[in-house]
Amino acid sequence: MANTMPRSFLQAAATSEEVAPPLRVVQIEGLAVLKIIKHCNEFLPSLVTGQLLGLDVGSVLEVTNCFPFPIREEDEEIEADGANYQLEMMRCLREVNVDNNTVGWYQSTLMGSFQTVELIETFMNYQENIRRCVCIVYDPSRSAQGVLALKALKLTDSFMDLYRNNNFTGEKLREKNLSWVDIFEEIPIKVSNSALASAFMTELEPELPVKQCDYDRLKLSTAPYMERNLEFLIDCMEDLSAEQNKFQYYYRNLSRQQAQQQTWLQKRRVENMARKAAGEEPLPEEDPANPIFKPILEPSRVDSYLITNQISNYCNQINGVATQSFNRLYLMKALHED
Amino acid sequence: MAVLRFFPPFSPVVSAKIHAVVLFNICDCYVRRPDQADRVIGTLLGSVSDGVVEIKNSYAVPHNESADQVALDVDYHRNMYLSHLKVNPKEVLVGWFSTGFGVSGGSALIHEFYVKELKEAQSSIPPIHLTVDTRFKNGEASIKGYVSSNLSLGDRPLAAQFQEISLDLRMIEAERVGFDILKTTAVDKLPNDLEGMEASMERLYSLLDEIYKYVDDVVEGRVTPNNDIGRFLADTLASVPRMSTAAFDKVFNDKIQDNLALVYLSSLVKTQLGIAEKLNTAAQIL
Repeated sequence: MANTMPRSFLQAAATSEEVAPPLRVVQIEGLAVLKIIKHCNEFLPSLVTGQLLGLDVGSVLEVTNCFPFPIREEDEEIEADGANYQLEMMRCLREVNVDNNTVGWYQSTLMGSFQTVELIETFMNYQENIRRCVCIVYDPSRSAQGVLALKALKLTDSFMDLYRNNNFTGEKLREKNLSWVDIFEEIPIKVSNSALASAFMTELEPELPVKQCDYDRLKLSTAPYMERNLEFLIDCMEDLSAEQNKFQYYYRNLSRQQAQQQTWLQKRRVENMARKAAGEEPLPEEDPANPIFKPILEPSRVDSYLITNQISNYCNQINGVATQSFNRLYLMKALHED
Repeated sequence: MAVLRFFPPFSPVVSAKIHAVVLFNICDCYVRRPDQADRVIGTLLGSVSDGVVEIKNSYAVPHNESADQVALDVDYHRNMYLSHLKVNPKEVLVGWFSTGFGVSGGSALIHEFYVKELKEAQSSIPPIHLTVDTRFKNGEASIKGYVSSNLSLGDRPLAAQFQEISLDLRMIEAERVGFDILKTTAVDKLPNDLEGMEASMERLYSLLDEIYKYVDDVVEGRVTPNNDIGRFLADTLASVPRMSTAAFDKVFNDKIQDNLALVYLSSLVKTQLGIAEKLNTAAQIL
């Protein structure tokens, strides 16, 4: 009978909000891309951030505009200033009919080393207020190699749940089958332009058959970029080995503590037997006041996961650049033979 | 005590360079304008050097326009200007833009306002007025820049004359991003390393083909030879470094070996990561 009864309006409205389609694509406008690139390039070598504005439509997140954040000094009173700036910008942009909806933030990065705890923290902050948010990462140094290095990232839901509960023990991770690849999820980017802008671009495109990006790509000297990449990679490997040492230390301590607990327990048992023989009350087999029973905290694995992510990123970059160099070198060889 | 403010005379502006961002921003503002407005007006920000104004950023300012009156939201303009200065203190006011072809009567009034603003800011250049024809009135995209000079008879100001200045569209960033991405209304995927490489090599290849064709044509007498092009080609070919085959081979092999070593190293590191992860999570407390 419940099935044939028409659902009340409230029920219908309530259930339609339950299912949110997963985010599949981020659609950026050419304007936002150019603004991000301009802002990041202007402030090299320092890293900058900014806010993304747009719309959340079904499984597509549209980014239609963005504005940069001023570089913040580490001062408490400037915090309020920063918030004021944001409100002011949003208000002003709303007056000219720009989408007033925050959908995330963008940041520039150095050699692809953006996986830090701060990123995760910022994500959690944003996620509390906005249902869907994305972080766009732009790498100016890699773009100088001729690739448009723009990535859209999101934290996976499973990771977010774990992080919220601050629960990073090895067992939990194994339960959820969460490995280091599952922290960040990269979303493909589509670029769209308004018809007017594309009309202008088509008209104004200079007649050159060869463009700046070609110059960048066909440049033979990749050594400085590779060198820096390797430097970062080596540093990260050191960090990773430090983290692994931490784990080893923890496990060693844990096993030593357990051994201590066992011996203590044995002694207690022997004592109890003696007491029973003497007719006295047996002592309890646990003693929380004893320091060897204090539980040792397992070190969080977040850091090691992040470092692993960074290392794999560097490796991928090196691979990419090496492939490009191969192409270029063989091209040079062919030219030379003429 | 009265403070005497010295307004430095405006130095002449020769030309202006516009960055691609500004154009996109103006298009976007035009598309988003309120229904009753005919055109969009806004401020231009940038920097000046040697009589060349570089326009780097812009924002739209809401305004009301009727038959003979124009009202600009000055507070909005000032607020946005301050906000933008917070981010980039080097981008200063350099002028204003409006969409629509040519200069109209109302524009003169707005221009006066901007002249005053620039004088307040002790700037040394006159404001630039940029018109972007979004209606494609003559069937083509026309972007023009003007500087105004006041025509006066004795003490009475008569009119303002808008002189066109030469514009230079700086599309280097747009080129970097790739015109294909910016030209069409939708791009499905950003090209990654290899695809971009392929595209560049194809372009290089077609360039070489054209040069071959041209040289062949000249040799066979089909096309009159152009000395400049010939000299340019000769210079280009001469700039390819001349090395003996042995030396080139050695350099080439060294480079290839370096690259291979790097690829090997990175795959080694990746394997290491796999092992480390297994060790970290698989270790159980017995």
